[in-house]
Amino acid sequence: MAEETPPGVAEKALPGMTGRTSSSDAVGRTSSDAAEASEAADATAVADARLPRRGPDPWGPRSSRGAALRDGLRAYGLIVAMWVRSTMAYRASFVMTAFGNFAGSALDFVAILLMFSHVDTLGGYSLPEVAFLYGTSNTAFGLTDLALGSMHRLGGRVRDGTLDTLLLRPVPVLAQVAADRFALRRLGRITQGLLVLGYAVASVDVDWTVLRVLMVPMMVLSGAAIFAAVFVVGAAFQFWAQDASEVQNSFTYGGTTLLQYPPTVFAQDLLRGVTFLVPLAFVNWLPALYVLGREYPLDLPVAVAFLPPVVAAGCCGLAGLAWRTGLRAYRSTGS
Amino acid sequence: MGVSGVSGVSGALRLYAAVAAGGFRRYATYRVATLAGAFTNTVFGFIVAYTYIALWDERPRLGGYDLSQAVTYVWISQALLMTCVLMGGGFEDELIERIRTGAIAVDLYRPADLQLWWLASDLGRAVFHLLGRGIVPLVCGALVFDLTLPASPLVWAAFLVAVTLGVVVSFAIRFLVALSAFWLLDGAGAAQVSWLAGSFFSGLLLPLNVFPGALGEVARALPWCSLLQIPADVLLGRLAGWELTGAYAFQACWALALLGAGRLVQTVATRRVVVQGG
Repeated sequence: MAEETPPGVAEKALPGMTGRTSSSDAVGRTSSDAAEASEAADATAVADARLPRRGPDPWGPRSSRGAALRDGLRAYGLIVAMWVRSTMAYRASFVMTAFGNFAGSALDFVAILLMFSHVDTLGGYSLPEVAFLYGTSNTAFGLTDLALGSMHRLGGRVRDGTLDTLLLRPVPVLAQVAADRFALRRLGRITQGLLVLGYAVASVDVDWTVLRVLMVPMMVLSGAAIFAAVFVVGAAFQFWAQDASEVQNSFTYGGTTLLQYPPTVFAQDLLRGVTFLVPLAFVNWLPALYVLGREYPLDLPVAVAFLPPVVAAGCCGLAGLAWRTGLRAYRSTGS
Repeated sequence: MGVSGVSGVSGALRLYAAVAAGGFRRYATYRVATLAGAFTNTVFGFIVAYTYIALWDERPRLGGYDLSQAVTYVWISQALLMTCVLMGGGFEDELIERIRTGAIAVDLYRPADLQLWWLASDLGRAVFHLLGRGIVPLVCGALVFDLTLPASPLVWAAFLVAVTLGVVVSFAIRFLVALSAFWLLDGAGAAQVSWLAGSFFSGLLLPLNVFPGALGEVARALPWCSLLQIPADVLLGRLAGWELTGAYAFQACWALALLGAGRLVQTVATRRVVVQGG
C-alpha cells in the first residue's frame, strides 16, 4: 500500500540508528556511551536476525533497565526527529493540518459553549469550571496523542506483516511503534486545550494557593501518563485482536470526552468504572475537584486528589507488562 | 460516458446492483472491526446521553425535545454516524488516492459511469453499516434508557427513506470533495474541511434545533441537515404528513443539486485535467 508516504525518508534515516552514522549526529548525541550502545545494538541485531522470534527485551538480561530505557528514548527521539523533518518538508500542509487538528478539537468546546448558551450550569458546574475540566483533560490527552498517537497502527502492522521489520531492528519495538508516523500536527489539540485551560484558570472562582497552582501541571502530566498507559495497553491488545483497534477509541477519545464534563453528570456505575477499573478519574476529575473545592463522587476521601502520580506510575507499570505479554504472544502472519 | 458495455437499462441496473452488493460484502468482511466499532459507538452513546440528560434536566423541552426524545436523538446519531458518514472518510479517501496516483484513468475507461459506480458502492456500504453499526448501539441504548421509538412500521419505513436520501446527500458531498483532488492533488485539505463541517452541521455534536438564532437557521438550511437531523426527526415522529413531504423534498433537492454539481465537475475534470501518470 502507499501508506508509507515518505519516499526514502524512512529508509535513509533508520539504518542510522543502528550505527554511528548521520541521524545520530543530526540530533547531536555522539557521546562515547551512545556509540558503545549502538555497538552492542549491532551485535544483538545480528544475533536477533537469526532467531525466528524473540522476546521483548532486545538488550538481553545483562543491560540494566535504566540503560534500556535510555536507549529506547534515544531511538524514539531519533525516529520522531526524522518524522518532524519529513513533515517540515511540506510546511504549508503542516500548518493546515495543524489548524485542522486545532479546529477539530475545538468543536467539542463549541458544543459545550452552545450548551451554555441555554443554561447557566451543567450538572451544577459553571462554564469556567467545565472549561477547567475540559482544558486539563484535553491538554493531558493532547500530550499523549502527540507522543503515542500512532500506536493504533500496530494492528495494521500485525495484519500486513510489517511488524516483522520492526522486530529485526536493534531498537525496542515499543519505541518504534510509538514514534511511527509521528504527527506534529497534533500540537493543534494541545494548543487548543491550553487556551481553554488558560481561560478557565483566569475566570474560575478559586483561591489560587501555591498547592492549587502546582496541582494543575501535576494533573496534566500525570493525566498524560495515565492516557499513555491506556494507549499502550490498547496497542498490546491488538496483538490478539488485530482488527479491533477501534475499541481503543472508546477509552482514549471516549475517555477525554467523558472527562470534559463534570462527574455529577454521569451515572454512579460509570463513575465506579472509571475510578477503579480504568482509572481515568485520576486524570483530572479527582485532582480538579480538589482545586475547584467540589464535593467528591462515590464518597472518596479528599486525599485521592494527590494520588494521580502514583496511579500513573502504577498504570504505566501494568501497561509495560501488558506490552511484553502481547509482544511475546505475537505470531507473524508469515506472508 | 454511457453504459456501452452493457445493453439497455436492465443491464445497467444489474451492473450497479452488483457494484452495490460488492460494496456491502467488502465491509461485511471485517467482522471484528465492525463489532469493535459498534462497541465504540455504544460507549460514546452512553457518554453523550448523560451530558444531554444534564442539559435537558436544566432546560426541559429545549429545542422542542423532551428528555426521552433528546436521549433517543443521541442513540440515533450513533446509529447513523457510519451509515450517513457524518464525519467524512470512506470511499473519498480511496478515490482521492486513485486520482493522485493516476489509477483514475483505468476507472474512466470502464464501461460504467464514475459517479454512479461509486454511488452504488457507497449505498451498498451504507446498508451494511446500518445493519452492522446501527442496530447494536440503538438496541443497547433502548435497553438502558427510556427511548422514544415508534411502534408503527410506517414511521420506521419513513425513517429508512430519509436515511437513504441522507446517504445520497452525504455521498454527493464527499464525491465533490474527492474530485477536488483533480486540481489540488492532495485532497487532505478538502477532506478535512468536509470532516469539520460534517461533524458540526450534521447535528452530531448537538441537535441543530438547539443551535441558537441565525446559526441554527443557517445550519438547518445546509445540506448536512439531511444526514442526521431530518432522519432523527422522522423517527421521533416530529415530521409527518406535509411536513414529512417537505423534509423529503429538502433532502432530494440537495441530493440532486449536489449530484448535478458532481456531474458537472466530473465532466470538466475529465475533459480538462491531465491525469497523473508515471
